[in-house]
This record gives sequence, structure tokens and C-alpha cells, in this order.
Amino acid sequence: MNNRQIIKHSLNIVDRPLSKNRSEVPTVSLSAFAYLFSEYIQYLVDRANSISELEDRLEKVGFEVGIRILELLSYREKVLRRKTDVLDILRFIHGPAWQYLFGKTADDLQQAANADDEYYIRDYDLLVSRYISVPRSYEPFNPGTLAAGIMRGMLDSAGFPARQGGAGPEVTAHFVSHKDRQRPITTFMIKLEPSVMQRQAYLEAAKKG
Amino acid sequence: MSAPTLTFVIVGQEDNPIYEVDLAGPKEQQTQYLHQFVLHSSLDAVDEQMWMSKEPHLKVVDRFNGLSVTAFVTAGNTRFLLLHDGRSDDSIRAFFNEVYELYLRVLLNPFHTPTSRISSREFDRKVKLLAKRLLG
Repeated sequence: MNNRQIIKHSLNIVDRPLSKNRSEVPTVSLSAFAYLFSEYIQYLVDRANSISELEDRLEKVGFEVGIRILELLSYREKVLRRKTDVLDILRFIHGPAWQYLFGKTADDLQQAANADDEYYIRDYDLLVSRYISVPRSYEPFNPGTLAAGIMRGMLDSAGFPARQGGAGPEVTAHFVSHKDRQRPITTFMIKLEPSVMQRQAYLEAAKKG
Repeated sequence: MSAPTLTFVIVGQEDNPIYEVDLAGPKEQQTQYLHQFVLHSSLDAVDEQMWMSKEPHLKVVDRFNGLSVTAFVTAGNTRFLLLHDGRSDDSIRAFFNEVYELYLRVLLNPFHTPTSRISSREFDRKVKLLAKRLLG
């Protein structure tokens, strides 16, 4: 389940071992999280003046979480290794990070066909949006924005900024309804900054030459 | 023989200093400025090497007048820099590992942003204790 709330266990979160066995990892109850999340969204709806502002605030929360998750998980892995490659960090988000947050790995990771700096990560049933229903009047809003913020936090602190402001290379969450599934699939579109691609190209050339 | 040199700096992602401490005891103004300058100018060298290797421990990245700078980069691109006069690599590694854990605890504080300075006295005290224990 989601460890978004850091509860005071007898052992500090940093000291807890990263165990392979999923059932041993202390979890937060899903209903507690769903309640907290729904209350938080209501709180935001009161204070935000528009849908995009609502999304922004939700994303900021996720951003803060993402920064800390990256450091924490990297620390608790047995071998300390940094991610210098775009694919590295994306695979990390798709695998261990998603596993830690939602109890399963994300379902899909692919690169956009035409653009070099665009990637998609899909989740068939995003935990955070499962209990939130969006009314017609708030149509473009997607509660998966919280997870998008978490991803942007991780990408940003690892040195792969997904720009902010303007049309963005940000991480955005979209609902895509699929005929075979009951719930719409959440797709996260990650667009990286050109400086990242430049650095990648430079490193590739340095490795070869 | 001049006094031993040992200055430790934590630099954030935007190249902002988050934490600075002089671990070998107070010095006169001139040397302090010099140390700070050397450390910050070595950030360029750290940047180069950072993207080349996946290891968080980078060995000596820069030298100046007999002093050398060793660096450690965390997963979140925070750099720990140590200005020293040729200490053993192993003890520096151990020191960095311990400080990494301390830093992680500070980072998990929800009121701490990645750009704010670490002003906790506890942190300061613990770092100094570690330095005394591991770096002599």
C-alpha cells in the first residue's frame, strides 16, 4: 500500500531494511490513505481558483514526496549506485519506486515514436485515483497528478529536469479509456528538457570517442 | 608544519551551499576564504566526473597547493565535498557514508526544502563527532 504517511514506528524509516518479501513491509491502510487523500482534495478545491491551480498544488505535494523517495530508496538499496542515464532513472521509477509506493510495478514504459525526449509510463489501475470520482464540471482534472508530481520530483532531483511553466516538459497524467478494462488507464507523459538530451548526446560521444 | 586542513561542505543541486563546517578547528580569515574558494571552484571538476561514473564516491577530484578535494554525490545530486591534506581514502569513505545517513534524516523532514540551509545544532554536533572519530 502507500507509505505516504511516515508513521512513528519503533524503528526509524531510514533504518528499516528493504525486504524482498512484500508482506513484511509495514504498510499504511488503504482506507486511511483514501480518506486522507479525499479530504486533501476537498481542501484544495476550496482554496484553488481554477482546475489548473488545483492540479499545480497537488503536483507540488507529489514533488516534495518524490525528492525524498528517491534518496530514501537509493540509500536502502544494498549497492549504492546513482543513475546517470535517462533509461536508468525511468526504469527505477517504473520498478522499485512504484513497487515501494503502490505495491506493484508500473505496467508500461515506452518511448514516444517521434520525439526523443518523450516517454510514457502507464498504470492500469492507479491506486491514488481509485477512490476519487471526478464530476463533469472538473473534467480535465486527474487525481493521478499526485503521482505525476512524485515522478517529477524524482526526475528533477536526479538531474533530469522536466521543465516547469509554459507548455511543459513536465510529467502529466492522462486518462485513457480502454474497452477491455473497467477503469481508464492512467498514462503519464514525461517530457524532458533539451539540456538533458544534450548531456546524453555528449556522454554518448565521450564514451565512444 | 601548518595546522591540519579539513573543511566539509554540502552543496545542493543548484550549487548552493547547504552546510559548511571547518572540522580542524578555527582558522584565521584568510585561510577560511581560501578554503571556501577552493571548494567552490572544485564544483566544476565534480560536475564533470559526476556524469561519468555511477559510483557515489568520487575520489580526489581537484588539487590545489597540496590540498585535495574529495567528493561524494548522492542519488539526489547533492554533493558532499571535503577539503583535506591527503587523508586516507577509506576513512573518508566511511565518513561520507555516515554523513549521508545523517543528511537523509534531515532531508526527510517535511519542513526542509532542498534549498534551505541545515541549521540544526544536532546535525552540526554529530558531524563534528564523526569527524573526530573517523578522520582523527
